[in-house]
Parts: sequence; C-alpha cells; structure tokens
Amino acid sequence: MNEMKTKAGGGNFEVRDYLRLDLMPHFMCPGCGHGIALRALLWAVHELGIDKDNLAIVSGIGCSGRVGAYIDANTYHVTHGRPLAFATGLKLARPDLKVIVITGDGDCLAIGGNHLIHACRRNLDITCLMLNNEVYGMTGGQVSPTTAENRLTTTTPSGNSEPAFDACKLAEAAGAGLVGREVTMQTPALRNLIKAGLEFDGFSFLEVMSDCTEIYGRKNDLGESAEMIMAQKSDMRPQAYTTITDQPFRPNRLVTGVLAQSDRPEYGATYRRQAAALRGETA
Amino acid sequence: MTATLQNLHGNHACAMGAIAAGCRFFAGYPITPSSEIAERMSRELPLVGGTFVQMEDEIASIAAVLGASSGGIKSMTATSGPGFSLKQENIGLAAAAEIPCVIANVMRGGPSTGTPTRPAQGDIMQARWGSHGDRPVIALTPASVKEVYDQTIRAFNLSERYRTPVILLFDQVISHLLEPIQLADMASLELVDRQWATGSSAEFAPYASTESGVPPMPRPGDGYRTHTTGLTHGEDGFPSQEPTIVTQATQRLLDKIENHRDDIEAYECHDTDDAEVLVVAYGISARAARAAVREARAMGIAAGLFRPITVWPFPEDALKAAAANAKAILVPEMNAGQLRLEIERLCGSDVKVEGLNRIDGQPIDPAQVTQQIRELADK
Repeated sequence: MNEMKTKAGGGNFEVRDYLRLDLMPHFMCPGCGHGIALRALLWAVHELGIDKDNLAIVSGIGCSGRVGAYIDANTYHVTHGRPLAFATGLKLARPDLKVIVITGDGDCLAIGGNHLIHACRRNLDITCLMLNNEVYGMTGGQVSPTTAENRLTTTTPSGNSEPAFDACKLAEAAGAGLVGREVTMQTPALRNLIKAGLEFDGFSFLEVMSDCTEIYGRKNDLGESAEMIMAQKSDMRPQAYTTITDQPFRPNRLVTGVLAQSDRPEYGATYRRQAAALRGETA
Repeated sequence: MTATLQNLHGNHACAMGAIAAGCRFFAGYPITPSSEIAERMSRELPLVGGTFVQMEDEIASIAAVLGASSGGIKSMTATSGPGFSLKQENIGLAAAAEIPCVIANVMRGGPSTGTPTRPAQGDIMQARWGSHGDRPVIALTPASVKEVYDQTIRAFNLSERYRTPVILLFDQVISHLLEPIQLADMASLELVDRQWATGSSAEFAPYASTESGVPPMPRPGDGYRTHTTGLTHGEDGFPSQEPTIVTQATQRLLDKIENHRDDIEAYECHDTDDAEVLVVAYGISARAARAAVREARAMGIAAGLFRPITVWPFPEDALKAAAANAKAILVPEMNAGQLRLEIERLCGSDVKVEGLNRIDGQPIDPAQVTQQIRELADK
C-alpha cells in the first residue's frame, strides 16, 4: 500500500523523501522563511523516525496554511484559525497519529487565539508550529498581532501603533507543556527544537521567526531575505546563555530555545485512564 | 441490548440515538436548550470507549468534530441558534471536504440571544443556506422523542452514506418533552458506515467521482497520505481554480444529494388523498396540526396533513402529490414564515398558500390550526 517507503529514522536526511514533489515548484515568494521551517520540520520528523503514514499535518489559512500541502503525509487544510481545534478532535479520536499543526501569527494569535489558549491549557499531545512572519502575507500585507510597533503595513499607513504579542509568554501562561522559539537561520537548532516538541508528551508551542521579504520587508526597507534573517540572528539570545552570564539581556531581544517546560499530565492519556476506570477496566 | 421501554427527554433520546448509531466522539459547548445532549454524552461515551470533550467555543466544537471524523470516528455536536450561526463556516468545510458529521440544533427563539428557554422553528432557512456558497445539506425535523431517537440514528446513516453534514432540527418543546420510547434492538438495527478507501494508494484519487457520486474516504494510517482542503479541489484533492474542475467539483457535491432524493426524503401523509385544505407542518407544530386535521375531519372538512421529516432536501414530488386536490395550503410554523416560502415556490402558482405563524415563543395551539383550516375551507 505504501509504494514509496521512507528511510525513516535511518540514512541521510533527504527532504525530497518527505515532499509531494509533483506539486513543485511551490508557491511561496522568493526569500520566504517558511521553506526553511518546513525543511527543519521534516528533518526532525526524519531523525525521530516518524512514519509518514501515521503523520497528520493540520493547517489553517494564510501562507503558513499552504505549507502543509507539500508534505507527503495525511494533510488537512481547514478553516481560518481553527487548525488547533480540528487537531484536538483528530488527536482525541486517533491517539495513534502524530499530529502537528502548522499555523501563522494571524491564524494562531488573532482569529484562532482562543483555541491556542485552550490547547495550551488542555495539554493534549499536539505540536504547534507557529510560523511568525509578522504580517498577513497571503492577503497582501496587513498588520498582524506580531507586527512590531511603528512598522508600515497596508492597514497601518502611518506605522503600527499597537504593541506586538509575545506568543511564547502567552503559551507559557496558558499552561503549554513545552514552549520554544527559534529563528530560521539556525536551522539545526530549529530542527532540535522541533524534535524536542515532537518528543514531548503534551502540547508543545513552537514559534518560528520566519521572514516575509516580498511584502513586509520591502514595505519597511528591511532589505533582502538574507539581511532580514541576519537581523533576526543578531537580535537573538539563546535561553541557555542566561545560565552562563550574570548580565541580563538587553530588552527586546529574541530569546530562543526551549523557554518553558512542565510535567503536567497529557490530556488524552488522562481522559482514557478515567474512561477505562468507569468501564471497570484496570489501566 | 434487548428492547426496553423507558421515559426519555428529547435531548437524552438524541444522545442515546447517537450512541446506538455508533457515534463515538462528541465535542460541544454549553447552550440552552441543548445542553442535556452534551451532558448525557459526557456520561455515555466513556462507557463505550468513545470520547467527549467540552471545547472552548461553538466553532471549536464543530472543528473538533470534523477532526475526529477525519480520523475515522463517527462524530457529532449539538447546539442552539446562536451556536448554529457560529458553526456555519465549518459546516461548509464538512460539505466541501466531504467529512461526515451530525449537528443537532435545538431551536429556540431568535434573532440573536433571543428567548433561550422558549421554543421556535426559526432556523429552517439557516439550515439550508447558512454557510456561504452552493453547498448541499440534509436536514431532518423529528416531531417526537421517539422520532428524535430514530432520526438521530438515521442522521448518522445518511451522513456516512453520503459523506455530508446532516442537521437535526428540533425545538425546545421536544428537547424537554418526556415520552416513553423503546430503544432500538441493536441486533436488528441497520447501521451504515462510510465506505473506506481500499486497494493501491498509487493511483488513488480521493475525490474521484463514483457511480453513487460519493467517493470512498481515505483513513489516516492506511497509507494513502492524501490532502483534505476547504479550497475547491480536483479529484486528486489539491486546490484548483480551473473552471471545468471547479464546476465538476461543486456540481458533484450537489448531485450526490439530489440524485439520492428517494433514499433521503422522508415524510408522512395523513388524510391527504382527498384533502382540499392541506396542512404542511413539521416538528412540534405538526403535532398540533395532526390534532387539528382530525378535528376538522370530524367537522366534515376534507383536511389533510403533509409532514416532512426530511426538510432538506424538501420532498417536492411527495408534496405535490399530497396537494393534488388542495384548494388551499396552510403552513403553521414557529417563525415568521420560512418553510412557507418553499411551499409557495413549489405549489404557489396552483393553490393559495397561507401561513400560521407564532413568533412569541409559544408552541402553536391545535385550536388555532383548526380555526384557520375552517376559514380556508369556507373561502
């Protein structure tokens, strides 16, 4: 049934083994960071030996929402803001599947914000990869919940006057089992963070700092993709450094790595244990 | 399970019908007057190996149902008017991506928050046209506790057979009515499971047309690794804006329901053969109408009742046959005249169609119906 058996978990990582090559070329803009995030995700999937047949990718609407379709797995492209809610049903119904949500800053924090809060609180075993490009790219460049202050977008012609969301702080406060952030330029570190999320038994929220060169970068004179991701790199401070320096980070830096982790029980297992007890079965 | 007689609420009958039909996943959000469906499901599902989850809102509930059904588990949610409005976009996704699911909408007074604890039948047109675009729908209108049970089972069967959302429409009166019913004998119950994709995954096209118009569904984990999207898609499941593909995809969705009207339509006729005044009523209003028609017959008026159980797609031919001798049609409903529009569309050029409408949160009284039947008979 599975004609193209993957070398999951073994051999060198070949991204093409995990892509729907007949859909290439993809439709992301030149310089878009989403492709790097996709590669890092598939690299992590490969290194963990996750079977593509049991891999479910759920995504919402926007540029991030179109990434999932390129993955050779069970892919679901659902309504705007709702991939976490859809994934909650899928994972509860099919605990045997590895469920990954790919979402964006608008999809996850604006229209889908309520689902994020409650997915964190519930702590069901889902990995949520939020590709943060700081803008609504698909609809032409409108301000998003993570657009930095004073940035120009098509709906902030005088500069954004709203503060940006710190999604990781939100996820941690809402109770996510594992919270992390990484930039695309650090691809091996991003792969490692995604692996940590995939291996974690509970809800993991991972923010990937992507870059929207064509729409956001151009409008704000942020340069080409290389300059944008270099700016992210110079802005970032790995969380691990906090333990080897007694100097606090300067404000407004991008703190990366695993930012929070807890040992709260995973929701699905808890529900199934209670249900088994009701049926008089021993766990 | 042996057949037993027991007193059940309409809402509990809905939950028990779902369990009998094989529903093993429920996601919901509290809303009057449907909450007892969720409450009963939260108790029953763990006992049969199923899963109940109370989600953070109405939209999350239907989205979770679509996720669970995509995983291969029969799934449902329940709500009332405000929640039904919120669910519409995802009902459209269920129709477009052909994800079976059942949505119970226990109707209350509207618009907006309306009269939460009072009955109404105001969501007839929302059930048909509530989400954007041309999408097919099946909606059922049970009129008793027993029928809520039976039609919930049928809703799952239709949903599985046609891979489409099925909406159960009943109202606050039936939802809280206590009536004795006999639960199904599970051994003789006819249950339908969706057709699963089998065979080679190499040339598998998840949305290829079949003779029935309903493509077999790929189950995650079975090796097909297909794409499911709310974007209009070709037979391969991937998005397309090519006009012929868009036309074919949309038309097949509509045809798979339209071409199976015989199986989907359900209705009852009482004294319609020679009926000169035909009453068309559904749900709790049909029970008032049934009593009124009996009374009118006792008075010597040739009255009859046509009761659609499937309200969408509306049983058009059956209505026209029942109205063959009618001089007037009366449509009593607890709204300002929603189904009347459909009856006028079907019969209005041949016969006078009148409404009997209550929008005061009170069920329709049989005496009101009798009175209006008499007036129509005298004209």
